[in-house]
Amino acid sequence: MVCAFAAIGDVLKPKSFAGLFGAAPSVALATLYLTISSQGKIYAATETRSMIAGAVAFFIYASCASWLLMKRNLSALFATITLMPLWLAVSFGLWFMLLR
Amino acid sequence: MNISVNFSALREAKWYQFALRFCFGGAICVLAGVIAEKYGPAIGGLFLAFPAIFPASATLLENEQEGKKQRAGLHGMIRGRKVAGVDAVGAAMGSLGMIVFATMVRQLLPGRSSSLILLSATLAWFVVSLTIWHLRRLFVQWCRHKPMSPHGDNTH
Repeated sequence: MVCAFAAIGDVLKPKSFAGLFGAAPSVALATLYLTISSQGKIYAATETRSMIAGAVAFFIYASCASWLLMKRNLSALFATITLMPLWLAVSFGLWFMLLR
Repeated sequence: MNISVNFSALREAKWYQFALRFCFGGAICVLAGVIAEKYGPAIGGLFLAFPAIFPASATLLENEQEGKKQRAGLHGMIRGRKVAGVDAVGAAMGSLGMIVFATMVRQLLPGRSSSLILLSATLAWFVVSLTIWHLRRLFVQWCRHKPMSPHGDNTH
């Protein structure tokens, strides 16, 4: 699943469009299939409620990564790894404030 | 620039580029499962939207673009980073589609065919992401062609 979405992203142009596939729900699909078969639909639905907070955090993470790469000319590896704590902080913060 | 498909990019791609993303994706699947097992589905669910393959994709894209420019005798570092930045803009728009995916699965999954719901939610992710991408492109084009006043402000 992950490789399929990655391959689609690799062959598409322009890169802003191909980038959509960098945020494809590939990991979510694979995990949800496994969760539904092992824990049931209600458990999976509870997970997707939190996934909304994770996706909002992803939006902020990717926007900041884009700004660092285009305006500050940082390397992709450095920018994307150093922003990981931001994703964690936003997703856990949203979960704590809105979903707990 | 219109959307196009370049299949030769697949022939140029190295096996490790896919292996790397496969490993990151698989690792996050396992991690989400382990965290859900230990701390409950509410915490585990956050990791369904973890940017697992994005850092690898952006880094590989940067290196690829840099390599292309270097083969042409240019430096290419700035170009590589700009292209990775453009890719990140796309990922930000895709993440908005991911919110729709998660909302749809949450609302529709209980009591319905799971395969059908996951397929429909994936389709909804694509349609929403594509629509946002298209609207952004129209907005960028409009900004570029917006007539400027003699004083440089566009308030009227």
